[in-house]
Amino acid sequence: MAEWFVAKASEFADGDRRIVNAGRREIGVFHNSGAYYAYSNTCLHQGGPACEGMMINNVVDVFAADRTYQGQTYGDEMHFVCPWHGYEYDIKTGECVGDRKLKLRKFEVVKRGEDIFVVA
Amino acid sequence: MDMPRNDVRPVDLDVYSTPKHLEHASEQARARSYQDFLIVDVDSHHYENEHYSEVFQYIESPVIRREAMEGASRRTGILNTQVGYQNTGGRIHRQKFRGKEKPKAGKHADIMLTLDWMDAMGVDYTCLFPTPMLFLGLHPQVEIETAMCRAYNAWLCERILANEPRIVSMLYLPFNDPEAAYRTVKDFGEKKGVVGFMVTSPRYKPVHDNAYIKTYALLEEMGKPISFHAAYSWDDRALQMTNRFISVHALGFMWFNMIHMTNWVINGLPVRFPKLKVMWIESGLTWASGLMQRLDHSYMMRTSDAPALKEKPSHYMQQMYFSSQPMEMPDDKSVLEATFKMIKAETQLVWSSDYPHWDFDLPSTIYDLPFLKEQAKRNILGANAARLFGLNTKPVKKIP
Repeated sequence: MAEWFVAKASEFADGDRRIVNAGRREIGVFHNSGAYYAYSNTCLHQGGPACEGMMINNVVDVFAADRTYQGQTYGDEMHFVCPWHGYEYDIKTGECVGDRKLKLRKFEVVKRGEDIFVVA
Repeated sequence: MDMPRNDVRPVDLDVYSTPKHLEHASEQARARSYQDFLIVDVDSHHYENEHYSEVFQYIESPVIRREAMEGASRRTGILNTQVGYQNTGGRIHRQKFRGKEKPKAGKHADIMLTLDWMDAMGVDYTCLFPTPMLFLGLHPQVEIETAMCRAYNAWLCERILANEPRIVSMLYLPFNDPEAAYRTVKDFGEKKGVVGFMVTSPRYKPVHDNAYIKTYALLEEMGKPISFHAAYSWDDRALQMTNRFISVHALGFMWFNMIHMTNWVINGLPVRFPKLKVMWIESGLTWASGLMQRLDHSYMMRTSDAPALKEKPSHYMQQMYFSSQPMEMPDDKSVLEATFKMIKAETQLVWSSDYPHWDFDLPSTIYDLPFLKEQAKRNILGANAARLFGLNTKPVKKIP
């Protein structure tokens, strides 16, 4: 395992991300809501660049207490979306939200002084 | 710590190009040595509406041509549209950002853009189809479908097919006007790059109507396949009950082809036209294996309803061709393997990408299947289509 430089913390704003070529691996590193996350940039579906698409909150069906449908809204869970076909992943876990048994490979992110590294 | 610039990069959503978007597809193509064998895509698309100013010039009627050109800059025009949020709220990048792409100089922009994604995926030849015109069979004015079909076909032959040998097409048949359909085959059947004719499936004309018999006979005589390209219609009475795009798309793309296939078989068209090659496009595969079982089961109890048949319905369906996309991927791959067996995939299945639409498939959807031998993969990815379309089997792509 090696540590691969991602960015200086001061240049890696919250909400931003980087794609790191770590040897033969391509890894997406996210800075989101104060935390860092790193996942394989290869979608589990057809191999698209999973970490390079839209970031968007989960969509929620709203049901009233009597179980009637009341419309849709956005929830609190942040997703990143493969731009090829729309496979969505939970940024906190790397789980594919359509089938949570499927998970992108996760990598550790470490901060050394001002520098952010991904371990792969 | 200094790192080479190419080792870390930001994600810039304002920059879009097809080769960049498909970099991972090119990696797959290199890793699987697609350069060594033929890959034919039997169903891909362009956005002909971006060239309506050119296409409308080919409309033969001066009155309809004027209406079309006058309407082009207005909120409404002569062409029908369809509700459909295919890019999933912007999640599908190529649909959201493709307007930022500048095609390379050289041939027509649609040729350059098409060659870009073909090379990126490892495709040698593609059969190109329109996009909004997939709904033209639902136009309330039959003469508009016919006028637009002939204009588009003439434009496609002259501007695209004549200038790029790697792009072929099965031309749009104006099926709501049987006489015009016949004339279309007569007039365009021998043009360069025309490998067959295509009926857009969402429409309300039964395929067994006697009015189409002479067109089928002509196609059979010419050795040109007829295909039925699926799409949905949210205006269909049954599909109007669905309330999400996922629903109308999943059902709609099977619905019309299931009806046309049923009519085609039960009315004995395979018996009447034994040499006519028939292809079913973009309905996936499960509908076909399911319908085979359904029709066979009913046929055994009601042979008097289908007296033209000499064999069970599945026998005739197994002689037809099926495009692969959007290929269902069940968790249990033995289910897919059984489907392949039922449709005789090794000789009858032809790979399709449907690129650049939202649910496109890469060649790896076939190449990576664990139950296929290498020759079966190569048949499905290219050899079957080359035989059907009469294409050269030497690979010509340039994978980046």
